[in-house]
Amino acid sequence: MTLNWVRTDENGIICPAARAWIDPVRPVSLALITHGHADHARYGHEHVIATPQTLDIMAQRYGEKFARSTTALDYGQQMQVGDVTVTMAPAGHVLGSAQIILDYQGQRLIAAGDYKRKADPTCAPFEVHPCDVFITEATFGLPVFSHPDPQTEITKILEAREQFPNRCLLIGAYALGKAQRVIALLREAGYDRPVYLHGAMQKLCALYQKWGIDLGELRPVPARASKSEPAVLAGEVVLAPPSAFGTVWAHKLADPLIIFASGWMQVKQRAKQRGVELPLILSDHADWDDLLKTIEEIAPREVWVTHGREDALIHACAMRQITARALSVIGYDEDGEISDTHLQADASSAGLIS
Amino acid sequence: MRRYAQLLDALMFSPRRNVKLAHVADWLKTTPHPDRGWGLAGLIGELSFPAVKAGVIRKLASQTTDPTLFELSYDFVGDLAETVALLWPDSDDISTELQLTHYIQMLQAANRKDAEEVLAGLLNQLAPSQRWALLKMATGGMRVGVSARMARLALAEAYAADVAEIEEIWPLLTPPYDELFDWLDGRAERPQAGGRAVFRPMMLAHPLDEDELTQHMLQDYQVEWKWDGARIQLVSAEDGVKLFSRSGDDISGAFPELVSNMSWKGVVDGEILAGTPQDIGSFNALQQRLNRKTASSKLRASHPVFLRLYDILFCDDVDVRDLPLSERRQVLEEQRPYIDHEFFDISEQLDCQSLGQLEALRQTCRNQGLIEGLMLKNKASSYLAGRQKGHWFKWKRDPLTADLVVMYAQRGHGKRSSFYSDFTFGAWRNTGTGDELVPVGKAYSGFTDAELRRLDKFVREHITARFGPVREVEAKLVIEVAFDSIHQSPRHKSGVAMRFPRFSAIRWDKPVDEADRLETLLSLVS
Repeated sequence: MTLNWVRTDENGIICPAARAWIDPVRPVSLALITHGHADHARYGHEHVIATPQTLDIMAQRYGEKFARSTTALDYGQQMQVGDVTVTMAPAGHVLGSAQIILDYQGQRLIAAGDYKRKADPTCAPFEVHPCDVFITEATFGLPVFSHPDPQTEITKILEAREQFPNRCLLIGAYALGKAQRVIALLREAGYDRPVYLHGAMQKLCALYQKWGIDLGELRPVPARASKSEPAVLAGEVVLAPPSAFGTVWAHKLADPLIIFASGWMQVKQRAKQRGVELPLILSDHADWDDLLKTIEEIAPREVWVTHGREDALIHACAMRQITARALSVIGYDEDGEISDTHLQADASSAGLIS
Repeated sequence: MRRYAQLLDALMFSPRRNVKLAHVADWLKTTPHPDRGWGLAGLIGELSFPAVKAGVIRKLASQTTDPTLFELSYDFVGDLAETVALLWPDSDDISTELQLTHYIQMLQAANRKDAEEVLAGLLNQLAPSQRWALLKMATGGMRVGVSARMARLALAEAYAADVAEIEEIWPLLTPPYDELFDWLDGRAERPQAGGRAVFRPMMLAHPLDEDELTQHMLQDYQVEWKWDGARIQLVSAEDGVKLFSRSGDDISGAFPELVSNMSWKGVVDGEILAGTPQDIGSFNALQQRLNRKTASSKLRASHPVFLRLYDILFCDDVDVRDLPLSERRQVLEEQRPYIDHEFFDISEQLDCQSLGQLEALRQTCRNQGLIEGLMLKNKASSYLAGRQKGHWFKWKRDPLTADLVVMYAQRGHGKRSSFYSDFTFGAWRNTGTGDELVPVGKAYSGFTDAELRRLDKFVREHITARFGPVREVEAKLVIEVAFDSIHQSPRHKSGVAMRFPRFSAIRWDKPVDEADRLETLLSLVS
C-alpha cells in the first residue's frame, strides 16, 4: 500500500488530511515549518506551527507579525491537526530545526527538512524515528561529499592565525546556524578572544545566546572614523556573510584572509574560483555517507527526495532495493552555496544588511 | 605526504606570490632530504612517471563506485584526479605515514602493466587530500602557481643562498637535486657546468631615474639602442648549441638558423630581430616566429630573423663574466671575423658626449618603431645575474597615451579582493548608424591607493550589468592610458592590441565623447 495522503502541489508539500503544507514556498493557510532558513520559513502564512526556536527566528527575520497566528510545538510534543497527529523531532541542522512527523491512519511520514548527523554544539542532535515514508534532502547527495571532523577543520583557523598574525581572519558563513556553529566550535577549541561580527550576524547570534547557546564574548566590527586610519582587527576573527567580502565594508579590515565554511569547500576548484584562501569543509547538511546511513537506520518503505542532487541518491537507494523518487520541489535553495545573490537576498530579506 | 598535501593546499589557495614563496621556503627548511628535492621537483613539473598516464586514473575511477555515481560525481567536480581522490574509499590503514620519497620511488618503478595496481595500492594508504596530491603529482600538472623561478627564490630564502648562484647551476641538476642540497647544506662545493650547453642567468636592466642622470655618469656608461625584439642567450659548447629565452626556456627549435650558423664556442647575450641586419623587420613580423616548437624552411624564408649581439659571457670555455663591460666588449669585437653576417651582428655603440645629445637620441626612438629606447651600461660592470641596481639602465622612449573610456571592471585578488581594480577600457568607433565603444585593452596598475578607492566607488555607483565576476560600467569615466606600443591583432574585436597598458591619469573632468577614437589608435600602430 502506498502512502497517498501527502503529495506535492505548486506551494510545496501538502497534507490534505491536515489541510497543511510543509515548508511552503508561497503563503498558505496553515504551514508546518521545519527550520528558520529563509527558503523554508517564509513570510505571510495565516497560521504557522513550528518549534519555539524556529518561531523566534522567524519573528527576528520578518517581525512579530510574520503570520496571523502561531503554535509552538516543542520536540517530542504531539498535536492533532485535522485527522493527523503532528510531532516534532530534532533534525540537527540549526537551532530549532525539526523533522516533522505525521501519523495518519496507521501510517507514518517524516519530512526531515534539512538535517545532519555530525555533532553540533548549537542544536539538538538528529533523532532516528522509524516511518513508512522518509522525505529527505540531498544537498550533498553525491559520493564525493564526505565531511571531515568539524574540530579538525576549525583548528585550521587557529593555525592560520598563528601563521599570519598581522592579518584579519575573515570567515564567511551563513548568518543562521553556520556562524553560530563556527563560533561554538572555536570556543570548544579553546579560542577565548572576542569574536567580531558583521551587522548581519549580530541579531541571530544574540538569539542563540538567549536560547542558552554559549558563544563567548561577541563584538560588532568597529567602525573606522576615517579612511585614513589604519586597518583594523589584525589577528582577530571576524564573521560576515560572504556577500560582504566584496563590499566597501571589507576595506577597513587588516589584509583579510578569506576563510569560508561550507560543505561545498570539499571541491578544491570551486573553493579556488571563489577566491577563498582557507576553505573549511563544514556543513550543516548530511554528507553522502550520513544520508545513506540515515536511510538505512530509519528503513522506510519509501524515500522521497526534495532538493539537491537527487539523481545520485535515488540511484543509490535503488541499488539497496529501497523505493525512492524525486519530489522536485521548486524554491528551496541549496543553502551553503557561496552565491552572492542568494546570501545577499537572505540577509537583506531578513533586514540584516544595512 | 601529509605535509606535502598541506603545502599544495596552501599554495593552491594563496593568491599572493610572496605568501606562496614563504610557504615553499618554510616547507623546504623543515623537510628532510630527499623528500624536499622530490617535492620541489613535483611543484615545478620536473617529475615524470612515463608509466602513469591519465588513462590509468580513468581505470582507477572504475574501481571507486558504480558508473552512474561516478559520472554524476565527475560532472559535478569537473576534474578527474580530484573526483577519484574524493571517491576513493577510506581505508583503516592510513595511520602509518610514509615519506614522500617512498611514493615517488613506487611510481617510478611502475611499468605500464602494473601502474594501475601500484597507484591503487598507494591510494589505499592515504587520506583524501593526500590522495589528490598523489594523483596530481603522478600525472604532472599541479597547477598551484609555483614557477621554477619562484622555487629558486624559495631555495635561496630557505638556505640563505644567492639566488643567482642557484640559477646558474640549475640546468645541471636533476631531481631530487642531491648536489644542490649538498652544496646548500655546506657539505660540498657548488656543482660546475663544464663543457655543457646550459643556460646562465642573464643580466637585466633597471629603469632609469632621470633625476640621477648626470654628465659625469655619461662618461662611465656605454650607450646602445634598446631593440624591440626577443632577448635571448645563445650557448655553444662541447655538447652542442642551444638558444634560451630570457627565462631559461630552450627555444632552439624555433630558430634553427641561429643554432646551425653559430660557428664558434661561447655564450652570448643578444636580441633576436625580424629581417636581416641590413633590413630589420617589425616586432609583429618577429611574432610569427615566437612561441613555436619548430620553424619550417618556408617560414624561415618568409620571416627571416637574425641575432644582434649585446654581450659575451663565455669565450670558448673561458668565463669572462667577471671582466668589466669595456673588456667584454673588446672580447666580443674580437669575434667579429668569425661571425656569420647573414645571421649575426653586434649592437652598435652610440656616440654621445652630452646629456642634450642623449635626450635627442631618445627622442628619435619614437620615430623608429623598432627601438624601444636607450640602454646605459656601466663600462666597469661585471656581467651579473638578475636585476642589480646601478649597473645597467634602460631609458625607454616616452610611452604613447590615449584617452579611453572605462567599460568593464572586475575585482582584484588578495589585498585587492574587495576592490574593483581591473579595468577594461574602450575607444569610440563609427558603426554606420552611430558611435559605439569597442574594448581596446585592460589595465590594473598606475593608480595610487587613494585613486583606487575612488575608482572602486565609481564602479559601485555605475554598474549597469553583471557577467559572472565582470561588471559592466556606465560609460562615464575617461582615463588616460599609457602604453609602450600598439599592434594590429586579428584576435581582438577592435583589431588592435596594446603592449603594457597602464593608467597614467584619471580624467574625472573629461566628457566621454571627447575620448579617443579607434582610428586615432590605428594611426599609432608601429
